Amino acid sequence: MDKGTYRVKTGFAEMFKGGVIMDVTTAEQARIAEEAGAVAVMALERVPADIRAQGGVARMADPQKIREIQEAVSIPVMAKVRIGHIAEARILEALGVDFIDESEVLTPADPFHHIDKWAFKVPFVCGCRDLGEASRRIAEGAAMIRTKGEAGTGNVIEAVRHMRLLNEQIRRLQGMSRAELVSYGKEIGAPVEVLELIQEQGRLPVVNFAAGGIATPADAALMRMLGCDGVFVGSGIFKSADPEKRARAIVQACTHYDDPVLLAEVSTGLGEAMPGLAIEAIPQAELMQHR
Amino acid sequence: MTVGVLAVQGDVREHVRTLERLGVATRLVRRPEHLAGIAGIILPGGESTAMWRLMVPTGLAEALQQELWAGLPALGTCAGMILLAREITNWPERYLGVLDVAVERNATGRQVDSFEATLSADGLGEIPAVFIRAPLVRRTGPRVEVLARWGEAPVLVREGNVLGASFHPELTGDLRVHTLFLEMCKEGR
Repeated sequence: MDKGTYRVKTGFAEMFKGGVIMDVTTAEQARIAEEAGAVAVMALERVPADIRAQGGVARMADPQKIREIQEAVSIPVMAKVRIGHIAEARILEALGVDFIDESEVLTPADPFHHIDKWAFKVPFVCGCRDLGEASRRIAEGAAMIRTKGEAGTGNVIEAVRHMRLLNEQIRRLQGMSRAELVSYGKEIGAPVEVLELIQEQGRLPVVNFAAGGIATPADAALMRMLGCDGVFVGSGIFKSADPEKRARAIVQACTHYDDPVLLAEVSTGLGEAMPGLAIEAIPQAELMQHR
Repeated sequence: MTVGVLAVQGDVREHVRTLERLGVATRLVRRPEHLAGIAGIILPGGESTAMWRLMVPTGLAEALQQELWAGLPALGTCAGMILLAREITNWPERYLGVLDVAVERNATGRQVDSFEATLSADGLGEIPAVFIRAPLVRRTGPRVEVLARWGEAPVLVREGNVLGASFHPELTGDLRVHTLFLEMCKEGR
């Protein structure tokens, strides 16, 4: 019996496909997410919009908070660690968290490295803006990738940017010779072995979700139309006027993204979405995606 | 022969790929009208709670249940088996209820306890199996045949037209569970 193998990790990520993973900060919110049809919840102390508004150093959630949420639901529970924070990751692994998000939404802990994710039994998901970043995270052992987008803004443009760029770069790989692949790897900072896998499969070798700024059912459908396997919704649900209804609608939209009649129906009468932020209005230093 | 794969959520692609390797045409089943003319249906792994909530609003849950009672062959893996089961021991809901077993959700624990192992299955030999937060069968009805066990617990079961697995044959590249299911599809209703 082998636990924590790469197949067990990436296989678990495959089970999320077509689904919605929701940020929650209380047991009650976790139950609402599960009832709406979320495939997993992300246990947090503050959603990204609040982290952005309050500033300061954002860290791993209190284990008590995570346990409360684990006890509240039957679906998988994810939690975030700071980039490079090996100790926080060991703590979450000991708590039995099902998936760790090594996340730019928290304040980075290591200015040089990400976590060596091969050293863990628990699987990791990491953010990316392009193929170089995605490839480096996969080389470090990430079992799942997501776009970074710009968390806590309710503005989908950065997630679209990252997904478009990823798609374009994967397409470019297809026609490349071995020599071109090596220099392209150097140009975008991607390990050649990972690029070879991506070239062979015509897609990332792990599940790829969209994240960062998704606030409406139409946003979720848009990201699915661009080819991502599912979506994370952070502040978009519990910062809106009617979280239950919006959560249900986003779940339906994520599956039926190619059915505009159904999308129109589920988008109707959801009440106010979360307040949005223009990306240009955010000072460069406060953009989370550059972490 | 066209085999359907329930495609509301979960590891649909892995099942489709396995069927393609066996030379079978596939159809993604997302709405009730997609059930017409299929010789069988696979219910993939995923989250059973989410899958059910994506099957009810369109009427797919009800239409599929009728087809299953009428004898449509089905294979459910992991969450797919939970959808088929008559009873869930640790969850207040019940879904399609066409396989006379009681299953315990997440019976193998959290993800850090998910594992790979080899099973000895009746008629199939030694098969590789991936268990991910897997359900285990805690009770089987009189007409249920147990084809493989993990420890004491049945993990591959068959009752007439319905085959259920706690594990994920679609993740290993081994074709034997799907081959058995295709034989059931060829036998027909």
